[in-house]
Parts: sequence; C-alpha cells; structure tokens
Amino acid sequence: MPQPLLQVRNLTTRFTTQRGRVTAVDNVSFDIDAGETVALVGESGSGKSVTALSIMRLIPSPPGRIEGGEVFFEGRDLLKLDGAGIRGVRGNNIAMIFQEPMSSLNPALSVGLQIAEPINVHRGTAWANALEQAKVLMGRVRMPDAASRLASYPHQYSGGMRQRVMIAMALACSPRLIIADEPTTALDVTVQAQILDLLKELTLETGSSLLLITHDLGVVARYADRVAVMYGGRIVETAPARELYKHPHHPYTRGLMASVPRLDGDTAQRLLPIEGQPPDLAQMPAGCAFSPRCGSVSDICRSARPPLTQVAARHFKACFNDTRA
Amino acid sequence: MTQEPDRAPAAPGVGDPRHQEIVRVEGLHVHFPLRRGVLIQRRVGSIKAVDGVDLALERGGALGLVGESGCGKSTTALAILRMLEPTAGRIAFEGRDITHSSQDEMRPIRRRMQMVYQDPYGSLNPRMKVRDIIGEPLEVHGLAGDPPTYAERVAELIAMVGLLPDMADRYPHEFSGGQRQRIGIARALAVNPTLIICDEPVSALDVSIQAQVVNLFIELKERLSLTYLFIAHDLAVVRHVCERIAVMYLGRIVEIARREELYKRPLHPYTQALLAAIPVADPELEARRPRAIVTGEVPSALNPPAGCRFHPRCPQAMDQCRRIDPGLTDLGQGRSVACHLFRSQ
Repeated sequence: MPQPLLQVRNLTTRFTTQRGRVTAVDNVSFDIDAGETVALVGESGSGKSVTALSIMRLIPSPPGRIEGGEVFFEGRDLLKLDGAGIRGVRGNNIAMIFQEPMSSLNPALSVGLQIAEPINVHRGTAWANALEQAKVLMGRVRMPDAASRLASYPHQYSGGMRQRVMIAMALACSPRLIIADEPTTALDVTVQAQILDLLKELTLETGSSLLLITHDLGVVARYADRVAVMYGGRIVETAPARELYKHPHHPYTRGLMASVPRLDGDTAQRLLPIEGQPPDLAQMPAGCAFSPRCGSVSDICRSARPPLTQVAARHFKACFNDTRA
Repeated sequence: MTQEPDRAPAAPGVGDPRHQEIVRVEGLHVHFPLRRGVLIQRRVGSIKAVDGVDLALERGGALGLVGESGCGKSTTALAILRMLEPTAGRIAFEGRDITHSSQDEMRPIRRRMQMVYQDPYGSLNPRMKVRDIIGEPLEVHGLAGDPPTYAERVAELIAMVGLLPDMADRYPHEFSGGQRQRIGIARALAVNPTLIICDEPVSALDVSIQAQVVNLFIELKERLSLTYLFIAHDLAVVRHVCERIAVMYLGRIVEIARREELYKRPLHPYTQALLAAIPVADPELEARRPRAIVTGEVPSALNPPAGCRFHPRCPQAMDQCRRIDPGLTDLGQGRSVACHLFRSQ
C-alpha cells in the first residue's frame, strides 16, 4: 500500500483568549491519499479551518500555537520545517484557496502578476515567461478573454471570476495538494456549482489531492471521496463518502443528516433538529464533546473521551454507544 | 365576539383585518439613481433593483421569494414595508392602497407587518436587555399597558419562541446565533402582526441550529395564523416553510408556483438551473442527477439585457428571447412563468 500523501497525526492547536486557553484542534488525525478529495465538514467553531491553517503553518502566534502532533507530507514533518522550508512548500507543493477571494488578492497588483508570482518565486522562472504561463492558467480556469484580462485588477472582477483567479494561482506550481477552505460560501448558488465543478475537474486532470473544507453536506456528497466530521475541535467520525451517508454511526453525524433541509424528501415531515447549542470551546465538557446534546448519552460519555474505533473499512467513529442500527 | 386583550381593534383607515388578500403588489419598480461627479452630482443612470414585480399573498399563506444576490428580493420586501420608496407601481395591504401613505399613516399599518432580519448579531441592540428588546415594539405602538400586563406579555413571548424565563434579564451577547434569532422573532411577534416578512432568517445560522428555527417558524405560523413573506436564497429551506414560491431574477419574477410543482417540475430554465446547482446530501443520488449548469454570472442591474433578462445565460435561448421581453404568463393552477417556451403564440 503506498504512503498517503498527507498524514496528520494527533494535531493539537490552542489559542489564548480572554476567556482562557481554548483547544481549537484537539488531537486530530487523518490521511489524504494521492488524487483523493477529502472533505472536512463541521459547523463554525468545529476546528476545520484551524486544522487547515495548522497544516499550512499559518496560525498567528500569539495568540495561537500548534502544541503537538505531526503533519507528514511527502515524507517530511511540516511542523518541523524552518521558515524558509515551509515557505518553499506553501503555494508550491501545497496551495490554499480561501473563502474571501477579495481579501486574499492584492488590490494594487494586476491579476496576471499575482498568478505569475508563485511561478517566479518557486520555480525561478523569468517574469516574462511566468506571465506567459499565467495566461495559460487563466484559460484553464475558463476565464473569458484570458489574455486581455491579465492586466486588470481584482476589483474589476466579479466574485466568481476572483475565485477563478484564486484557483489559477493555486494551480500555478502544479501542487500535489490543494486546500480549499469554504471556497464558494461567499458565492451565489449557480456560480458555486461552476467553481466547484471546475476545481474538481482540474484536480482530477492534474492528479492532485483536494482537502475541501465545508459546512455543506450537499457539497460533500457531490464532490468528496472521503469525509471527516468535526465537532468541538475533534474528529467524531470519518468514512468514505457513500458509506458515511448510508451508514452514519456517530449521533452527531446522524443528527446533522436528519436536520438538513433537502430539495427532495417529504415536506410534511418536520426536520429533526439537534437540540441545544454548539459547544463553547472555553467550557468543554469532560467527556465526549457532543454529550450535552446527545440523545443516547450514558455515564461514561460524560467522564471519558471516546477514542476513534473502527466500524467498517476506512470507517471510524468516536462514540461509546453501540451504534450499529 | 371578544377581542384578545392585546389585539386592539384596527384603527380606522388601516385596512380591513378580515381582508383575504394581505398583500397585493402590482407593477412594482424600485430604481436607485446612480450619480457621478464631485461637486455637481449628475444622474448617470439607475440601478433597476426591482423592475416590474406583481405578487399577491393570501391570509395565512407563506410565499417564498427566492433568487441569487441582487435579484431584488429584499428590495421588494422593503418596498412592501414602505421602508423604500417605490419608483412606480402599486402596493396594497389588507385591501388598502399604501403606495403613497405618509410615514404617519404607515405607523399603525406597520404594527401589522413585522420583520425578522438576517443578522442575529446586528439587529439586536447590545445595550438592551432581552425583555426590553422584545417589549420595545409594544412601547412604540402604545400597547405596553400597565407594568404587570407588560411583564406578562413579554414572558409569554419568551416562552412562545422557546427561550427560558430567566433569559429575560440578559444581554444579546450572552446568546448564541440561534437564540438571538429567537429573540428577534419574539420582538416581531410582540404587537400581534398579521404579516411577518423574514429576510434570510436562517442563513447566518449553523446547520444544526437552522432546523430548530425553521421548525419554530412552521409552528408559530400554525399557532398564530400568521402570513409569511419568506425571503431566502436557500431553496431547500424555503421548501420546508412555504407552500408557494416565487423565483426572482434581475428584478423580475420569472416563475411562481405551488411548492410541489416548482420542485418536481420547474419550468423556467433559470429555476431549473438554480435547482440543478444545489447539491443534495446524498452521494448516490448526486452521481445520477443531471447537471444542467448555467455559465456566467448575473449581469448588472444597471443595464439589464434586452428581451428576456436570462437569455445571455440560458441554454435554450431563441432569437425572440433576445428581442422580446416575455411577460409572466398564467398557466393555470397558480402557476405563472415568464419564458417564451411557455407563451401561447
């Protein structure tokens, strides 16, 4: 069996806040194979974005700090690299696409320069040549009139076009892994579908892996091969996508699936919400993070943390209950 | 017949509270002037946010207004509330023409049309206690009564939206997004309105909380015989709350239909594209679903395309779509579509 492209082991990231130290990412482990799309799904505050930023070593310190774990990428532990080492990885072997394209683009530089920059920096390609490659990349992300648009600035682009620019930048150095953090949450639905389809198509074409961070179970169902569900900074369940939707084991995963309004299904049937409120990271329960909202909670759930245990091939859950149903 | 104690009889000239049609909008246009120039501002054009909208809302109904950002759904709502001046058209509330009513005349009418906003953080005053936020509309409309009646009403509202009695003396920052939205709903219900206009009321909430609030809207509607105008971009949410849905595109309604028909058999190519674009939380179904994805983005409302506004993105555009504006055609059974494919020639 070949080595996974990315191996995250016991990653823990904490932040110092006014209300004390909070553990945003708590002992998180998962793998991404070459060419695979893995979705990290969870609600706000579940730790999915902090996980991505920790992998890229982009946690602002202070207040944040990666306190433990390993992130193996192509045999190297990214957490042990020095400043120059990690800069050589970012935008080169691993590229990242953020939710807000406007705040990730430099408003004072032309789009062409911004796409060409990583090629110039990481490959040492001369600017003229890098700009030529930028033009090709603009075509690959289906930018209308790619050539003439190289000289324009981000504010002259619509939201969807800016996200296409971000994808072109991400692809510039042919990365092995692309991390996309809610890449279409700020976009309208018809544009969202265009952008995600494009991203998926390009990763299939180049064979690169995709870590897709989202709160949308529909997006996960459409694009992911495998899924990790996060809750309160921890992974509570991970499985191949089809398996997860067919046989969800963790009560939180099940709750989430029953509570999401869908385009199909019975409207006479009320949605089944998960009662209670999302966890407060500053006041986490002693045992399972989901125990205060869980319908099948028992004594052990309140005192001990459930480890990830295997329930099927590549399917793990962190729950003490017998969840075979 | 005895009136409910807090439901004061309608003031004269407010409209008929028994009128079956709560809202009727005819030919509504809301244009925003676009000015250029430093000292002398010259009008260089106008943004046609709402450009000819007709709709009617029956008592006890729930109409969903859906579309992508900039389609004019929120502007339509604000015009109905008369918080924005209509450029042209007519708005009637409970049978009374309110298109040109003064702000003084609007005050008693607004008691019967309340709004729930999208942002549960920005729409609550952080310096006010929950009881004062919920009670404020009662004060504004002179319905507060003596202190014990007032306190009782506030307590009743707090219970109605599923909050706990001891939460009344807390401040908004102590609450989560879902709880704040409940506070906003209680405030809207305080003056016993007939119509609630909800502008993206659950889109800022976490997935596990959305369902709680959606269910609350459904329960309250049944319990209090409310009428909803429910604005959202999320067609799945709207489907659970509304039995009629109007799809807007670039300032116009392109299709209006009963829920079952719209989702099962969308007729307008834009409605079809919108539904196809939304992924369903089922990987096996997703693998089989046809994917009719439209290209491009919504054009500017400053210069909307001639003819049908959707034609530059429409996979089925014909020659006449570029020249002739298709009006809404009534296809019967409560369904209307603005598309040349469905016009009787």
